[in-house]
Amino acid sequence: MRVAILALALMLTGCSGEWGWYVVNPMTESGATNLKFLLSGLYYTILLSVTAIAISIVVGLVIALPGLARNPYMRSINRVYVELVRAVPILVLILWVYYGMPQLAGLSISVFWAGVIALALSDSAFEAEIFRAGIQSVAKGQYEAAHSISLNYTDTMRFVILPQAIRRVLPALGNQLVYMLKMSSLVSVIGMQELTRKANELVVTEYRPLEVYTILVLEYLVLILVVSAGVRWLERRMQADERA
Amino acid sequence: MPLSGTEIVIQIESVSKRFGDFEALKGVSLDVASGERVVVCGPSGSGKSTLIRCINGLERHEAGTITVDGITLDHSADSLKAIKVKVGMVFQQFNLFPHLTVLENLTLGPIRARGMAKEDADALAMRYLERVRIPEQADKYPSKLSGGQQQRVAIARSLCMEPSIMLFDEPTSALDPEMINEVLDVMTELATSGMTMICVTHETGFARKVADKMVFMDQGEIVETGDPETFFTNPESQRCRDFLDKILHH
Repeated sequence: MRVAILALALMLTGCSGEWGWYVVNPMTESGATNLKFLLSGLYYTILLSVTAIAISIVVGLVIALPGLARNPYMRSINRVYVELVRAVPILVLILWVYYGMPQLAGLSISVFWAGVIALALSDSAFEAEIFRAGIQSVAKGQYEAAHSISLNYTDTMRFVILPQAIRRVLPALGNQLVYMLKMSSLVSVIGMQELTRKANELVVTEYRPLEVYTILVLEYLVLILVVSAGVRWLERRMQADERA
Repeated sequence: MPLSGTEIVIQIESVSKRFGDFEALKGVSLDVASGERVVVCGPSGSGKSTLIRCINGLERHEAGTITVDGITLDHSADSLKAIKVKVGMVFQQFNLFPHLTVLENLTLGPIRARGMAKEDADALAMRYLERVRIPEQADKYPSKLSGGQQQRVAIARSLCMEPSIMLFDEPTSALDPEMINEVLDVMTELATSGMTMICVTHETGFARKVADKMVFMDQGEIVETGDPETFFTNPESQRCRDFLDKILHH
């Protein structure tokens, strides 16, 4: 991986007199300031994504459960939610929540919370489908065993079914987190000071889109590789138990 | 051996159950006395599993009545809850919780359903693990255990709820032959302790040794009941004779 990045960097630098890496050269004062400015977006990218995914996991779970009910009306609640929310593009949802919802509800909403709501809402439909699949993959005998030791529905879900379902959907949840980190860049359009917005602002003052956006690409790349490695570690840790 | 009580603890009267077009139970009636050991056998699809699964509400019977210890199972939340506490069940596929250790498998019910403190539940669980002779496996995960050990853990898990009735649904059918006896030994020991038991099994040796009453089912009906001696040596019905021929001389 490191070799590949190095090779890519060499290739890119090799092909030009066009590059102006001075904009982000940490040895110069202005370069260091610019770099720091770009990296300062990391805080909101992470905070936004993590808050949104935490909310969307909870909402997704709450939506998944009626999808597993025997009652067809309960199941249709799940279907309607998933189909509706999944059909709206994230960018459209962001615009609607930030500009539209305040008019509808008569309250103003901060850029951060508008971003969180839009991202969480959009992601929750996918989380709901992931949890539904995960819960359905747990064998019927597990419910029967829980029944035979008198566990009620909540305890059956909490102690028997969900721990197994979550282990199985962990790779898919990791995917969603990666997806969320990337989609958080869209919140830059309403002025959220995250990675992409910072890069856009720097481009406007420095007129160096190639270098600045290349740094932006690397920022997302590193962030997501770290997250991926974290998810893999968690997977191994949680599944070590069950394996023979 | 303790005397079987005469008090009827399970009363099944004209119980019927269908799955779509398939009639799994056609008006089955059976009484089980306190402390009685009933062994149910019959060809596959004869309704024996369905019958015992109706007793603890895993299947919903459609007609007839089931009364357990004076409580009529009408599928109200209350009756189901009251009956579940009294009835333990052991499954063919063990159905242990794979993400919990053996000890946690055993203590989950006592802690969550019986409201026991963790220390008390642990002590209770260890007592039953000793009874099924695998206390040394307490901290392992089920996947590390052999089939026979897993089934013994499943039996101990049921016993931790301290039920007065135990149902066994083909407890040895999923086991390798060399592991069957260790499970049957535990069940035999349990039988001598005065537990009311209904076992669906084809283990004739176990049935002869332990059963007070044999029940033969075929096509959703109880065809024949009797004491094991008569049942195995001189069954009344042709269907039962044919079945015994198949399982005894293979």
